Amino acid sequence: MSSITELSLNEIVSNIKSKKFSSTEVTKAFIERSEKSKKLNAYVTENFSSAIDCAKKFDEKPNYELKLPGIPIAVKDLFCTNGIKTTAGSKILNNFIPAYESTVTQNIWQQGGILLGKLNCDEFAMGSSNETSFFGNVHNPIGENLVPGGSSGGSSAALAANLTPVTIGTDTGGSIRQPASFTGTVGLKPTYGSCSRYGIVAFASSLDQAGPMTKNVKDCAILLEVISSFDKKDSTSIDFKRNNYSSELTNNIKGKKIGIPKEYRVDGMPQEIENLWKKGIEFIKDCGAEIIDISLPHTNYALPTYYIVAPAEASSNLARYDGVKYGFRSAGENLIDMYEKTRSEGFGEEVKRRIMIGTYVLSSGYYDAYYLKAQKVRQLIKKDFDDAYKIVDAILTPSTPSSAFKIGEKSDDPVSMYLNDIFTVPVNLAGLPGISIPAGLDKNGYPLGLQIIGKPFDEQTILNIAYSMEEKINFKNNISDWWI
Amino acid sequence: MDLMTEMKDFLIERENTSYEVIIGLEVHAQVTSNSKLFSSSSTKFGAEPNTQVSLVDAAFPGMLPVINEYCIKQAIKTGIGLNAKINKKSVFDRKNYFYADLPQGYQISQYKYPIVGEGKVILDMPNGQKEVGIERLHLEQDAGKSIHDIDPNNTLVDLNRSGVALMEIVSKPDLRSPDEVNVYIKKLRSIMRYLGTCDGNMQEGSLRADVNVSVRKVGATEFGTRCEIKNVNSIKFMQMAIIHEANRQIDLIENGKSIDQETRLFDTKKNETRSMRSKEDAHDYRYFPDPDLLPLEVSDKFIDNIRSEIPELPDEKKKRFIEKFKLTPYEATILVSDIETSKYFEEVIKEADVKLSTNWITGELFAVLNDKNLDISQSPISAKNLSKLINLIKDGTISGKIAKTVFEEMIDGDKDPQKIIDTKGLKQQSDPKAIEELINKVIKNNAEKVTEYKSGKDKLFGFFVGQAMKESKGKGNPQLINKILKEKLNG
Repeated sequence: MSSITELSLNEIVSNIKSKKFSSTEVTKAFIERSEKSKKLNAYVTENFSSAIDCAKKFDEKPNYELKLPGIPIAVKDLFCTNGIKTTAGSKILNNFIPAYESTVTQNIWQQGGILLGKLNCDEFAMGSSNETSFFGNVHNPIGENLVPGGSSGGSSAALAANLTPVTIGTDTGGSIRQPASFTGTVGLKPTYGSCSRYGIVAFASSLDQAGPMTKNVKDCAILLEVISSFDKKDSTSIDFKRNNYSSELTNNIKGKKIGIPKEYRVDGMPQEIENLWKKGIEFIKDCGAEIIDISLPHTNYALPTYYIVAPAEASSNLARYDGVKYGFRSAGENLIDMYEKTRSEGFGEEVKRRIMIGTYVLSSGYYDAYYLKAQKVRQLIKKDFDDAYKIVDAILTPSTPSSAFKIGEKSDDPVSMYLNDIFTVPVNLAGLPGISIPAGLDKNGYPLGLQIIGKPFDEQTILNIAYSMEEKINFKNNISDWWI
Repeated sequence: MDLMTEMKDFLIERENTSYEVIIGLEVHAQVTSNSKLFSSSSTKFGAEPNTQVSLVDAAFPGMLPVINEYCIKQAIKTGIGLNAKINKKSVFDRKNYFYADLPQGYQISQYKYPIVGEGKVILDMPNGQKEVGIERLHLEQDAGKSIHDIDPNNTLVDLNRSGVALMEIVSKPDLRSPDEVNVYIKKLRSIMRYLGTCDGNMQEGSLRADVNVSVRKVGATEFGTRCEIKNVNSIKFMQMAIIHEANRQIDLIENGKSIDQETRLFDTKKNETRSMRSKEDAHDYRYFPDPDLLPLEVSDKFIDNIRSEIPELPDEKKKRFIEKFKLTPYEATILVSDIETSKYFEEVIKEADVKLSTNWITGELFAVLNDKNLDISQSPISAKNLSKLINLIKDGTISGKIAKTVFEEMIDGDKDPQKIIDTKGLKQQSDPKAIEELINKVIKNNAEKVTEYKSGKDKLFGFFVGQAMKESKGKGNPQLINKILKEKLNG
């Protein structure tokens, strides 16, 4: 039988429940593999010894009723964890230890999860390749010097490399789905308002959502069930009836109507992606669902809209990192000088670029032309989806316009980097749920993903579609453990 | 004083020209609430620095604001008290700027869509009533406090105040004199104290104002360029700042110079305003709707529930006092100006004569409170004992004059007036026989004066009253003494 770390969450849980594995064994297995995988640079902070303590405690008094009984889990370093350094991939928070826990991670610990460590990510989740992290690049286990995607790049790499059975990321414009696509894993961005933002270092408040990253769709449903909750501490959290996503998971999608938006056939999209999409359509048809051509006419405006709204919010959200209260401070002659030095030295280039863009688009005289216009376009993009959902139950698109690229390949060209998010960004702007599942390999053997976009609060439908497609696709990641 | 001069408008006279002063106020009133606008920290004044600070107030990463519903109710209540339109939908915006005592790097405020729209306040001026328009009322967070004078090398920051709810009440530019500003602030404070929405304590900073001042030649219809004097924390300073600023602007005009629109500070020590920043240097606050908070929507039912909790406000109370108790508008204005005064008054008149009560409260009692610098809520004499005293006057047990002596005694320990009278034997002598006896004595002892009186020196009557009163040790019933003396002398 394969080693513990290769198993899915669902399999590990079953084995723990049947007492075949102890939590300590499982935890040690992932720690051991993590120790051997430092070259990937997936971790910012390891919590190994305390994880083993927790696992032993679990084994002394096991509770098999929990959904994550004694399961070690490493999480993106954007989630604040009580007593554990939380950096958001930034120098400015390099020494920051929160005295509080994010609601999403709290939900995981409450269901028996054990913190394995904090995973690398783009600085303040701003990036598509994990290259903006203060803690260095993360290598995609698919191939050396290949980016793992971003911003949840440490998460996707750790997951694909079997350093953690499942993980969580955050997705503001594609930061869960794109790295999932680049690493041959499953990533779901829930409906805005499903997962509490409390205790997650904010990037763009109206877009940020936490979500599960897993090896398969079943695991994704289990983890979503754990992390999705109504939270009074987040005013944008929504109190809707949440499904038991994993127990309601079904591969029966007969009669479901799946939309194919013509606007997602973008110029210059590689033939491989086009072929993958076609293959996906065939699989869906095989499952008995109906394919319907639809139009999302404002798709073209999504990326520019996103790159106004997200930096605008970020410029304000990141104002609190001023060296006064916590985090990095650079001494200055006076208050203004201290601010300037702290923020110049504490933030990286990409973060500074977005703060400047955001500050610009909110400035008086430019506000109407940029921010206000972008908000209006955002409404139109949302309306596109609303109209489409009068006809279809879900929408199928590629997850990304390309497979994983080389480290450094796009780091000097922010616009080409931003284009990575072209298929994922509209989903955030409209607040919808979206899941990326691995659907094939390109000519280099790098994974490619397909995205299924759902109606608001209808995570169950996209999970079901993904689940039934997963069976047909029967994807296998091609990972050689080159780094060990 | 000639009444006409008193009623004259407030104008600043220069050679050949009279100037009118145009004033608008942005009053910052701290909402009475146990916890802050977006967090559950305490708002209690005077706590040790940085002991009332939540993770939200200190803007820790990932912390989110959650609206305190009570503060929303308080703002709506105040809006109703200002006869203003309540906006069922309002939006919290971020006002972005960097400062050490602003942990988030932005203040959450309401910019385009305030919770309360246009309203009005009626001022009782000596020459009649004046209506002042309210432009809007919006909710916002207070900042922390920077302390520059404790450590010689560092500025210290106290975040206890950070996140406390403020109502910014913006008036229309309807005020025309320092006196009107005085009455306006007091009226606002009175309304909010009636409503329990702001304690109006200016020493503790619960009420402060930005004062907008411009001047124009009498008869001009356009407003002049205005300057904003920031953060003035007493009525006296507001008045001083207005007079200084108006004169400064007039000097500029008289010298052919133009006024720059700018923000100024009032230096209380030097009694002058100083430029803080010009329009060009004005902050670009980059307002935008706070994405952490959904637009605030309140239902008609929510508003109606609040409306049903609104107590009788000063204007209505004044009307009732005039109609029901036949008070003069002047008396009624004084008695309703402060909710505690009106409560005291209504308590006293439950059992005592209205006219006498009014006189005693606005006369003797106010004098004592003024003298001792006390609020009526701290009055050394309870309403119950004051009403007893008034009843003792009314039923003739003591004279008004004796009552003053008793009143002085009552101040020390809120003593029962009856007991004072009994102990000190101050009861009024109202037995006609006893009075007649002592008058007989006075007439006998002053035979010469009696002759003079009878020969036409009428003015001596007062002398006899005085003597008789003296003979009674002040306790003689004055009406009786008058009556019997007249009978004896004229008979």
